[in-house]
Amino acid sequence: MSLVKKYSKEVKQILSKYPPEGRRSAVMPLLYLAQREEGYVNKAAMREIAQILEITETEVASIVGFYTLYHDEKAGKYRMQVCTDLPCALRGADEFLQNLCGNLGIKVGETTPDGLITLEEVKCLAGCDKAPLFQTQGPDGIRYHENMTVDKTMELIEALKGGKE
Amino acid sequence: MTHILLRHRDIPDIHKLNVYKKNGGFAAWKKAVTKMTPAEVTELVKNSGLRGRGGAGFPTGTKWSFIDNKVFPHYFVANADESEPGTFKDREIMENNPFQFLEGLAIGSYAVGANVAYIYLRGESWQIASLLDEKIAEMEKAGYLGENLFGKDYSLKIYTHLGAGAYICGEETALLESLEGKRGQPRLRPPFPPAVGLYGKPTIINNVETLTNVPMILANGADWYKAMGTADSAGVKIFSLSGRVRKPGNYELPFGATFRQLIYEHGGGIMDGRPVKVIMPAGASSSMIAVDDKVLDTPMDYANVRALRSELGSASVIVIDDTVSADWIVGKTVSFFKHESCGKCTPCREGTYWMQNIAKRIGAGKGTHDDVDLLLNVAKQMQGKCFCALGEFATMAVVTGIERFPQDFRKAVKSN
Ligand SMILES: Cc1cc2nc3c(=O)[nH]c(=O)nc-3n(C[C@H](O)[C@H](O)[C@H](O)COP(=O)(O)O)c2cc1C
Ligand code: SF4
Ligand code: FES
Repeated sequence: MSLVKKYSKEVKQILSKYPPEGRRSAVMPLLYLAQREEGYVNKAAMREIAQILEITETEVASIVGFYTLYHDEKAGKYRMQVCTDLPCALRGADEFLQNLCGNLGIKVGETTPDGLITLEEVKCLAGCDKAPLFQTQGPDGIRYHENMTVDKTMELIEALKGGKE
Repeated sequence: MTHILLRHRDIPDIHKLNVYKKNGGFAAWKKAVTKMTPAEVTELVKNSGLRGRGGAGFPTGTKWSFIDNKVFPHYFVANADESEPGTFKDREIMENNPFQFLEGLAIGSYAVGANVAYIYLRGESWQIASLLDEKIAEMEKAGYLGENLFGKDYSLKIYTHLGAGAYICGEETALLESLEGKRGQPRLRPPFPPAVGLYGKPTIINNVETLTNVPMILANGADWYKAMGTADSAGVKIFSLSGRVRKPGNYELPFGATFRQLIYEHGGGIMDGRPVKVIMPAGASSSMIAVDDKVLDTPMDYANVRALRSELGSASVIVIDDTVSADWIVGKTVSFFKHESCGKCTPCREGTYWMQNIAKRIGAGKGTHDDVDLLLNVAKQMQGKCFCALGEFATMAVVTGIERFPQDFRKAVKSN
């Protein structure tokens, strides 16, 4: 898959945001684009982004490695990222995550057998007043799900199975 | 109280351009470009006493006056990274009162002679970025952004840029690195961004909440703004209240409101009616305040919170009751900073690693008295040696937790 072929409009639009001397700024938006379909950035995409921006592949890979929201490995279709940072933990986030693990029959870091959900634990998502909460990172970008219960989460997962969020 | 920042709570649909305009929106923007010089705008903001809301409390007008007018182009950057545990105010502004923020960003850009501004959002704020993109497009269509604004020789473009999940990118020089497409690691200062910033050019960086004040200050005057708040801290502040309170959320109050007012009048008091034990007024970066009546009656502004041997930061007030042990809190903060250390300098990279290991041991009930001493020691060794403020932040809860709540740590290691 070539990004430039597949998303020519988006690539052009991204590059237009930055001055010529700041072309490299496009690396982060381009990585989001590359990650859109499969949920991770593969080697070919890194190579292409490096070419577009005239930087080395290693430099692109180091960006992927540095930032939490880029992934270089395949996971479930949706990454369900539950916040268990201090303010959320004061409102029951740790218990929520534990119960969710129980319900899904997986541990943190694992993927459901149908490949739909990878459960992850993350730091503060700036929604501390609406704990328990998580975000889903999937083909349609990132979405917040706040004031959640395990029941509501299981309903959401059913809906995701049907392809709706 | 009518709100100055969270105006969507008083005015329904203020996120719509025509409603915003009907309620005085963009009048300040027009006035700035057509009737004021950039220096006059800067002077007005200086006189208002507005201080930055991103944590450090630096006077905003003064910062703008540092812009290097010998080198061009200039850039303006809005810091919308908002990642301090306990902070969720910028998000409410951008989601609900976006035009006031964008108008503030526009006025700031004019004041420092920038024709391009970027909004750096945390990557998780994906939906907010697309909302802002829509709002920016509406402003362009209505003639509030673009070329020759209001028939004058001034043009402005605003772009959003998403980070990708790294707390350190809220630190302004790490943010610039990240915006330039590099790993988010802080730069050596000086030079400071107003001299050498984005793409090596003079750049001013302000927090979202800071900028959202600006249109109101232009509309109502510096004296109007200064009349609110305290001598040390002018105006209003959004307090993000979280933790074990009945009604967590954002509360916009004048500086000088007390912790008691925030927690009990606005936050509905503590869950299960327990007493407050600890307040962390600046999120996970805070020194822990051991709470008594005197603390609860302390007016919240920069100077008074400092007098409690803590800091107000971005006013992300985490409230903790007496069912929670200080060693558990430290375990949480240390794990946050271990994850967020950018790895550039050894004291922070290694220090947060060791602090997390020791805190985990204590948390698992396997710690000893020596471990507590060691933890305190590692934190103190880090202080003053880290490349940027994150390393310092990582030690605050550790040192104050152990020093101010020794009994909690004694209990946690008692059986070993
Ligand atoms: C580790 C660290 C994280 C920070 N995170 C943020 C942040 O998320 N948002 C923010 O506005 N400022 C943050 N700051 C402060 C910025 O460096 C900078 O002071 C601020 O954006 C300036 O804007 P202001 O003058 O309007 O406050 C952070 C600072 C440090 C050291
Ligand atoms: S103190 Fe920590 S976050 Fe700051 S530069 Fe050093 S390693 Fe990076
Ligand atoms: S601590 Fe969970 S969203 Fe802030």
